Amino acid sequence: MVNFLQHTFNGLVGGAFLALLALGLAVIFGMLRVVNFAHGAIYMLGAFGAYVLLTEVGLSFWWALIVMPLMLALFGMALERLVVARLARLDPLYNFLLTFGLTLILQDAVKSRYGVQSSPYDAPEVLSGTLDLGAFDFPAYRVFVLVMAVAVCVGVWWLLSRTRVGMVVRAATERPELSTALGIDVGRWVTPVFGFGIGLAGLAGVLAAPIRAVNPLMGADLIIVVFAVVVIGGLGSIFGSVAAGFAIGLVQAWVQALGEHWALLSQVLVFLVMAGVLLWRPAGLFGREEAPA
Amino acid sequence: MRTKALLVMLCSTALLASACGGGGPQSAAAGGGLSDGKVVFGVLNDQSGAYSQLSGKNSIKAVELAIADYQEKYGDKAVVKEFGVETADHQNKPDVANAKAAELYDRKAVDVILDVPTSSAALKVADVAKEKKKLYFNISAATTDLTGKSCNKYTFHYAYDTYMLANGTGRNTTEEGKKNWYIVYPDYAFGQDMEKSFSAAVEAAGGKIVGRDAAPFPNTSGDFSTYLLKAPTLTPKPDVLGTMQAGAELVALVKQYNEFKLRDKGVGLAVGLMFLTDIHSLTPAALAGTTYTDAWYWNYDLTNRTFADRFKTAAGVRPTFAHAANYSAALQYLEAVQAAGTDGSDAVVKQLEGKTVSDLFLRNGKIRAEDHRVVHDAYLAQVKAPAEVTEEWDYVKILRTIPAAEAFRTPSPDCKL
Repeated sequence: MVNFLQHTFNGLVGGAFLALLALGLAVIFGMLRVVNFAHGAIYMLGAFGAYVLLTEVGLSFWWALIVMPLMLALFGMALERLVVARLARLDPLYNFLLTFGLTLILQDAVKSRYGVQSSPYDAPEVLSGTLDLGAFDFPAYRVFVLVMAVAVCVGVWWLLSRTRVGMVVRAATERPELSTALGIDVGRWVTPVFGFGIGLAGLAGVLAAPIRAVNPLMGADLIIVVFAVVVIGGLGSIFGSVAAGFAIGLVQAWVQALGEHWALLSQVLVFLVMAGVLLWRPAGLFGREEAPA
Repeated sequence: MRTKALLVMLCSTALLASACGGGGPQSAAAGGGLSDGKVVFGVLNDQSGAYSQLSGKNSIKAVELAIADYQEKYGDKAVVKEFGVETADHQNKPDVANAKAAELYDRKAVDVILDVPTSSAALKVADVAKEKKKLYFNISAATTDLTGKSCNKYTFHYAYDTYMLANGTGRNTTEEGKKNWYIVYPDYAFGQDMEKSFSAAVEAAGGKIVGRDAAPFPNTSGDFSTYLLKAPTLTPKPDVLGTMQAGAELVALVKQYNEFKLRDKGVGLAVGLMFLTDIHSLTPAALAGTTYTDAWYWNYDLTNRTFADRFKTAAGVRPTFAHAANYSAALQYLEAVQAAGTDGSDAVVKQLEGKTVSDLFLRNGKIRAEDHRVVHDAYLAQVKAPAEVTEEWDYVKILRTIPAAEAFRTPSPDCKL
């Protein structure tokens, strides 16, 4: 039972990363109809940025936690203005290919400067111990990651449901043409929302730096799983992507804990779930069926 | 409808990510003398991915050092006057390795292919070498199949293999009294092979495998926490966690091993395969006290150190054992060509087979005629505590030399050259 609780808790931590990344993707897709393939590369930049800030500027993890998401959000906004916006009116495939290309450029740029070898990065001193959670103890840093992720998700929910900005974003997400027709200046919010989604990926990257291998390819594999998570939750559904993120994290942890012969299943699990969900509810668990074109 | 279109797009990335190539046949000079009047080396390895630091482009520098040494040694008497070094990135993909190897042999007039990390890719290249009747020295892949069921007349396995690693680390750690093992391995050819070799070595030394887990490969999340949570809860509690992960996955696992404080909980760490570059990337602090088996170490003696200094001038870093082995293989190939007076494959193989040799990399080395396993001394190494590290890259102390005869397995009956 204790083991089960441990693995459950651990699954939630794993899910926290998926949820943060999926949330950013969902926000961007909802507002811009852009499938941002570069999300994994941004996650990598967040982790790498933390490393560079520490080694070359001397800023600690706590600074990185604030500075990197902001810097990347600005980078994202510039990106949206300079390139993404130019392709917005075309088939979504164009922006998909654009962001795929960006991923390769960003990865190779980091590779050419820092190599592919993983760079060392440690958790801050305060969080390097373990916390006694009653039934078991757990690395303090992981507890912190979970708390952060939940706080960010709740914060985003509050922003979307309780503020005027959120109302505009939700309206624009669900019925962009109608919102514009009603006199809402949707365009004004496109760039900040894109930057915000990118910032979230950067935050996930910084959070990952102390516990995962920091290298140029760290986002490349992860992004495929995050896409699957977003599809399971329902493309563009903000609640769906967060819920699916945590759920997939949980299920993966449970299956991995089953033992040696379940390794293959845990690897393909997320895609099996995705296939199942698509058959059962083509719009995803929390997505809304679009009216037939 | 959009949803569907997007799913199609997601699938199309798979196509974008894949690569292909091809090669056309071209005849090479036969008989005596040199084909095309020169010797061309082909360094085929990972130049952009997870294994590009441990060998990669710096292996080309190692080959160039070997060429320089050969020229210096033989001067005017050198049979080989002209050299070429061709290179290709196999991206750790067997299909790419297959195509690139054929291209190197056929179109780039390569006489011998060197390096080729990633076992699955290495085995494909062995097939190409056999088909084209051209030499192939595998340096940085670990699978014993290269000298087992996939062995052939033109393939030599040079630096190490899973048996050497398991026998060194598994046996020695068990004999030290750490009898109960929990093994975590990546779920692909290399990991499965390593797990079998380690289990056999541990059990032969009187130890016991109390648990084993296959981790997904590639591990998309980079997270191994499930296994680290599980380790101390196994009964009996394992004395040591044996990880068979390599490269970036090893880095992630060790980071998380430290995070979960397993050493404090009485679960030690043994690493199946580790390169100097891995220690550099994790920092010695993260690995202090960890034992592993090394095929060669740059600061072992003056000979190695002198080479390491030359290498550093050329490449900017200290050499891994793979770099030293690439140097050695290139040199031994040239020596064989020198002795044979030709680069005709069969004549060179004849020179190499059964040869006893000592050089920078091969200590008490022998190129076995039975299975083309190159045997040599190996080393049981331990990562230094941070306080003991006085020089960058000097992260390891050698605990024990494992004699060549003991370090590798006896020729496998599966191998029929």
